[in-house]
Amino acid sequence: MKKAEFNMEKKAYTLSLLVQDSPGVLSQVVRLFSRKGYNIESITSGSSNEPGVTRVTIVILADELMVGQIAAQCRKLLPVMAVKILDEATSLKREYALIKVLTPDRHSRDEVMQMTSIFRANIIDVSLETLTVAIFGDKDKTDAFEELLREFGVLEIARTGTIALERGRSTIYDDTKLKEEYDYGKNVL
Amino acid sequence: MKIRATKAIMECLLEQEVDTVFGYPGGTILNLYDELYHYQDKIRHVLTAHEQGASHAADGYARATGKVGVCFATSGPGATNLTTGIATAFMDSSPVVFLTCNVTESLLGRDTFQEVDITGIAMPITKATYLVRDAQTIPDIMRQAFAVAATGRPGPVLIDLLKSVTFPNVEIDYEFIPWGENRQCRSLREYSAHHGLKAPEPDMEDIDTLVELIGRSQRPMLLCGGGVVRGRAHREFRTFAEKMDCPVAITIMGAGGLSGGHELTTGMVGMHGSRASNEAIARCDLLIVVGSRLNDRVALNPPSFASQAKIVHIDIDRSEIDKNVLTDHHIVGSARRVLSLLNEKIPQYSHPEWKEEILSMKRELSAPREETLTHSQVLKVIQRMAPRDTIVATDVGQHQMWSIQHFHFDYPGQLLTSGGFGTMGFGLGAAIGAKMGCPEKTVVHTTGDGCFRMNCHELATVEHYNLPIITVIFNNGALGMVRQWQNLIYGKRFSQTTLDRGPDFVKLAEAYGLKGFRATNVQEMELAMAEGLIGDRGCVIDAVIDQDEMVSPMVAGGSKITDFLLV
Repeated sequence: MKKAEFNMEKKAYTLSLLVQDSPGVLSQVVRLFSRKGYNIESITSGSSNEPGVTRVTIVILADELMVGQIAAQCRKLLPVMAVKILDEATSLKREYALIKVLTPDRHSRDEVMQMTSIFRANIIDVSLETLTVAIFGDKDKTDAFEELLREFGVLEIARTGTIALERGRSTIYDDTKLKEEYDYGKNVL
Repeated sequence: MKIRATKAIMECLLEQEVDTVFGYPGGTILNLYDELYHYQDKIRHVLTAHEQGASHAADGYARATGKVGVCFATSGPGATNLTTGIATAFMDSSPVVFLTCNVTESLLGRDTFQEVDITGIAMPITKATYLVRDAQTIPDIMRQAFAVAATGRPGPVLIDLLKSVTFPNVEIDYEFIPWGENRQCRSLREYSAHHGLKAPEPDMEDIDTLVELIGRSQRPMLLCGGGVVRGRAHREFRTFAEKMDCPVAITIMGAGGLSGGHELTTGMVGMHGSRASNEAIARCDLLIVVGSRLNDRVALNPPSFASQAKIVHIDIDRSEIDKNVLTDHHIVGSARRVLSLLNEKIPQYSHPEWKEEILSMKRELSAPREETLTHSQVLKVIQRMAPRDTIVATDVGQHQMWSIQHFHFDYPGQLLTSGGFGTMGFGLGAAIGAKMGCPEKTVVHTTGDGCFRMNCHELATVEHYNLPIITVIFNNGALGMVRQWQNLIYGKRFSQTTLDRGPDFVKLAEAYGLKGFRATNVQEMELAMAEGLIGDRGCVIDAVIDQDEMVSPMVAGGSKITDFLLV
């Protein structure tokens, strides 16, 4: 592939990884990003449908060439079983966020509750001075909601970071030529 | 069968047919060395002067023999002293298993005496690291470590054993499985299941595409990289090159992949590449790269590199494709397998005009001057007097480039040099490893006065094991390569590169119980070399050359490959 064929515009890319659940595997993956000086926008890690296999989802701001390079370095790692750069149009992305808002009076409490219902979020904790709201959705929705709540004074926020799957039948397990090529170098038999 | 855990470690080494290990003992690794005491008739331990020397020796042993090198060190400073050696092996894809011990389980993570997180430190410079906390996992981990180090693209692996798993009272279940069979053992099966168990094979469609490209090419060119050497694919490569009948450039790591004296070779390529190599890269219409990552010393300026050519990259490591230079086509597979498939499919080609255009640029390296000793005279003496199959270990800098340009390497493992990491002080350790692995061969270590001073304490190892290694110091009283850059690019401001200091290398050699000679002219060089070649003892030759000799040709970093700064 020649350089001209790559999209050089920087945007958010979502990488989905399947890794063997071995000690240090997450630091092995994360190290690659810091080595190249790429900032991770978000990273999540949790179990997958296979025992002993962890699914990691990473969002980074990069151009196509950069994301290709970082994916290549990830794929090369021995405990990494699969890496997929998820396509914007055909993937589902969600995150969960908890936002603690300052609501010292009745008026602000009412307004926050209204917004919460408009955004189909949930109030999960109330105190005399605060409301804690939980919102589930894609990153843009959470960003918009957070922006609105800032008017009232946000005490703290915890966001899970994005998790993602592809739409329809396709999965990260699908055999591709690329996966075979990486596996070639990893086979020890 | 229940046996002592440390005994299992030794047995696992025997499974892999390891007969030589390099290392240095210490507090946490005492139990392992105690076990080694019982195995001294089966496993020879080479005690170096410093852990770094041991790491380079294990690396040199691996490079020269094609087997996996093994190196022991203790925790903390012992382990960190290995790191330069580990990185050197990593950058040049050399298979070495490093075994270190760490503090006991109960003291882990408390900044205990001589504790360091070596698995964390070594992560970016190894193929895999293992922290062994459960003794029962030792056999699986040892087998996996050797398999990982040796297969695919080879490289270093580090196993860090907690002292508590090596206690003499720790017993584990163990059964001896020779390495040919232990590839089938549980952990390797599980491990491989994650990556598809089928036997690896290159994609035949990709091969056919290349066959087609070759058929259409008028001006093809081959680049022989380190993958040919590591994969011991030199026979297949030679057949391929002869069938292609085209110029072949050889990278530093590719030395010995095709004989340097072969009529098709244009020699080195890149920063200090020959005019023929670099011009051929610029003029060819098809460049087939075999097992090279095309780093910045080869593809100095990636956008203009082989800009008229279709670039085809053959590599075992998929992540190298399009990493440094964007390519038009690639084949993932071992050099040996891919080349033998290609050899079956391509006819005999003939490119007489293209060959003539490029090969006519080949010329003999600079003519010797008579009055003082020059680097080329020193090299000519070595070449004339030493056997043709002499193993050459180098350090890094001018003498390295001169040695590689000058000698014709005929087989993989004949040149031992730190090409990727550029480790000064690599050579002597590597020479020790090579001589241990290939005692029948003559080993010459070329070095500079700067490099030699870095690890010359390994002369003690040379003396103790009575290794008749011939060290030739290209002594110009300067860090020659850096000085060359200062000379050409930094307005002759020789900042901190003049080495106007001791020791007297002849006396130093004698102090270590070795033969030492100073050579200031060809006759003295010949006499010294003759003494060294007697082979009864190690020998150091201090060859005094001019401070301002330069490595030519030279292309500055980042420039077009044909923009020679020096011709």
